[in-house]
Amino acid sequence: MLKIKELHASIENKEILRGVNLDLKAGEVHAIMGPNGSGKSTLASVLIGRDGYDVSGSVTYEGQDLLALSPEERAAAGVFLAFQHPVEIPGVGNMYFMRTALNSLRRQRGQEELDAVDFLALAQERMKLVEMDQTFMSRSVNEGFSGGEKKRNEILQMAILEPKLAILDETDSGLDIDALRVVASGVNALRSEGRTMLVITHHQRLLDYIVPDFVHVMAAGQIVHSGDKDLALELEANGYAGLTPRSARVGASV
Amino acid sequence: MSAPTTTVGISDEVRELADQEYQYGFSTDLETEVAPKGLSEDIIRLISAKKNEPEWLLDWRLKAYRHWITLTPPTWQHVSYGPVDYQDIIYYADPRPKKQVTSMDEVDPELRAMFDKLGISLGEQERLSGVAVDAIVDSVSVATTFKDKLAEVGVIFCSFSEAVQEHPDLVRKYLGSVVPYNDNFFACLNSAVFTDGSFCYIPKGVHCPMELSTYFRINAADTGQFERTLIIAEEGAYVSYLEGCTAPVRDKNQLHAAVVELVALEDAQIKYSTVQNWYPGDADGNGGVYNFVTKRGMASGKNAKISWTQVETGSAITWKYPGVILKGDNSVGEFYSVALTARRQQADTGSKMVHIGKNTKSTIISKAISAGHGQNTYRGLVDIRHSAVGARNFTQCDSLLIGKDSGAHTLPYIDVKNQTGQVEHEASTSKIGEEQLLYCRQRGIPEEEAVSMIVNGFCREVFKMLPMEFAVEAQKLLTVSLEGSVG
Ligand SMILES: Nc1ncnc2c1ncn2[C@@H]1O[C@H](COP(=O)(O)OP(=O)(O)O)[C@@H](O)[C@H]1O
Ligand SMILES: [Mg+2]
Repeated sequence: MLKIKELHASIENKEILRGVNLDLKAGEVHAIMGPNGSGKSTLASVLIGRDGYDVSGSVTYEGQDLLALSPEERAAAGVFLAFQHPVEIPGVGNMYFMRTALNSLRRQRGQEELDAVDFLALAQERMKLVEMDQTFMSRSVNEGFSGGEKKRNEILQMAILEPKLAILDETDSGLDIDALRVVASGVNALRSEGRTMLVITHHQRLLDYIVPDFVHVMAAGQIVHSGDKDLALELEANGYAGLTPRSARVGASV
Repeated sequence: MSAPTTTVGISDEVRELADQEYQYGFSTDLETEVAPKGLSEDIIRLISAKKNEPEWLLDWRLKAYRHWITLTPPTWQHVSYGPVDYQDIIYYADPRPKKQVTSMDEVDPELRAMFDKLGISLGEQERLSGVAVDAIVDSVSVATTFKDKLAEVGVIFCSFSEAVQEHPDLVRKYLGSVVPYNDNFFACLNSAVFTDGSFCYIPKGVHCPMELSTYFRINAADTGQFERTLIIAEEGAYVSYLEGCTAPVRDKNQLHAAVVELVALEDAQIKYSTVQNWYPGDADGNGGVYNFVTKRGMASGKNAKISWTQVETGSAITWKYPGVILKGDNSVGEFYSVALTARRQQADTGSKMVHIGKNTKSTIISKAISAGHGQNTYRGLVDIRHSAVGARNFTQCDSLLIGKDSGAHTLPYIDVKNQTGQVEHEASTSKIGEEQLLYCRQRGIPEEEAVSMIVNGFCREVFKMLPMEFAVEAQKLLTVSLEGSVG
């Protein structure tokens, strides 16, 4: 459902992605690991259409050229990113924001919009997944949320917007073990045949809870290693340093 | 001291919407009685005679005029505009039908149609909202509603001209008591030539039973607008007053120099809310209203409270500093403002709080949004006098920049003469707008809607101070203004 070929991206003449190749099939969960600064967030940014990059290579999403779409069109096509650093939007109510988002997606897809009552029912049901309570919904988007609350809020949005491709960028960072368990079980509940996930992390720990089908290692803007979930354990034991650049297997699923 | 500045990036698609026509651009042909162009003592005598004014008022006007001709227009504001030819302005235009209006049905159908276009049909207002509307078209009051109901509790709400006839003692006592005729260039001009406006008097202990509302409207071509509004709240009285306006498209810049004076006696409270949407000029900066207004309140008694709330989206140039003179002990002054400048609009606005009484308290919350080539300057003065023991001020001014060509400037002046005074400036930490925009768009919210959502959120602290219906209107206005001019 997602095919990334020779993807390069630079910003301010600095090349950050240096030929990324990945192939994700529907329903698969792929993990991307790698040291800080290796380009994981940049990959996510390029996939959602953040401004400011010089991009070459191709990204085909469900048969269409993803790079040609605006960020909102990508969202309407089912692409979702749980941000590494969710931004605060002062004065905009969390509930109102999510309803506006869902209805924008529905409108772009030619579906009927949900009214406030129906939306509330949906939100309440999905909030249980991440054990969030109602008070978060009446606050401004992410404003004054703790790190962990912001991450839970991201997964709540994923649960409400029901994307086909969910990219989770360091959703585990800043979470204590209990919060991690809550978030991971929320994510697991959302795993389905019709939903592909790209889980970015640099802790093996998260992958104990969200068990991936494939693990890739990114270093200096390239996928240097791909394997199954055991690769994560190997990394845990030997560190990134033990890996040679450019694995023979580029792209995991065959 | 400088405010946090946030930038929102805008794509070309949104830029294309920039030249959308001004929604309220139309002009209505009312039977207008017009004075010759230009200003002289004769013109002032003509205005005064037309309005059948008492001698003392004519003298006051002439005193103002004689002072005004010695003045030169101020140049310290952070705005630029060509010189105004004061001899090329018509100082009197009367659209009143020949016959006196006694009911809504008698109001000029064309005028009513104009209100319909603006979505503020008087009949609707009357029936649904219980808001008394004193509609001002070209400086003359055309229709006043709910007068009887207000009269029952002793509230006087009428046109300024009528007040001069019916309540001359009140007018004489308070006119110029807050904004003296020689206060500044534009206030002085207004004092000489004002044609009409609103007058409001709330007697002792009366809580005004409804929100009082005036829709201002500039109509006849090249007619300068010189309204004069005077609101007096006696001991323990309360009133909430709404002022809202739109103006038709004009090729020539139109001067608007109004004066608003508020007087709150002991324990009285006046809440004055404005939504201002005059024609801002086209994308190149042609046309548009010059809005040079003097608004000031006098919290003269103990525990008096005056609040200004304004949402300014219109005018080519805005120059106004609603302020409060906090004379009574424990009196309170508030200023909540949203100022949006887009296209080539310029705004130099802020507030002036003068603390004289003990334990006086003031709050200033200013939200400035600049889009397109808009320029927004916050200019505030907090003046704590010797006598103001225990005075406190809290000021917060935030700016939001949209696009690369807009500008925001913050110029807070503070003068503390009593060391027990406490002055606090705050700048909320705001993240980069581009990140907020991307976040919204990633969730599927189209760019323009996202901008509007972020901006409305940014202004929420001010909107929540507005009366409910007004807040909804203000929010819509902001959205419309952004649709038309973001980029
Ligand atoms: N806007 C930017 N301008 C310049 N360099 C950037 C920018 N964003 C990221 N980088 C650089 O790109 C590299 C990869 O960053 P990132 O994708 O965030 O890595 P990761 O998510 O793997 O930690 C880093 O060296 C980072 O400093
Ligand atoms: Mg990262």
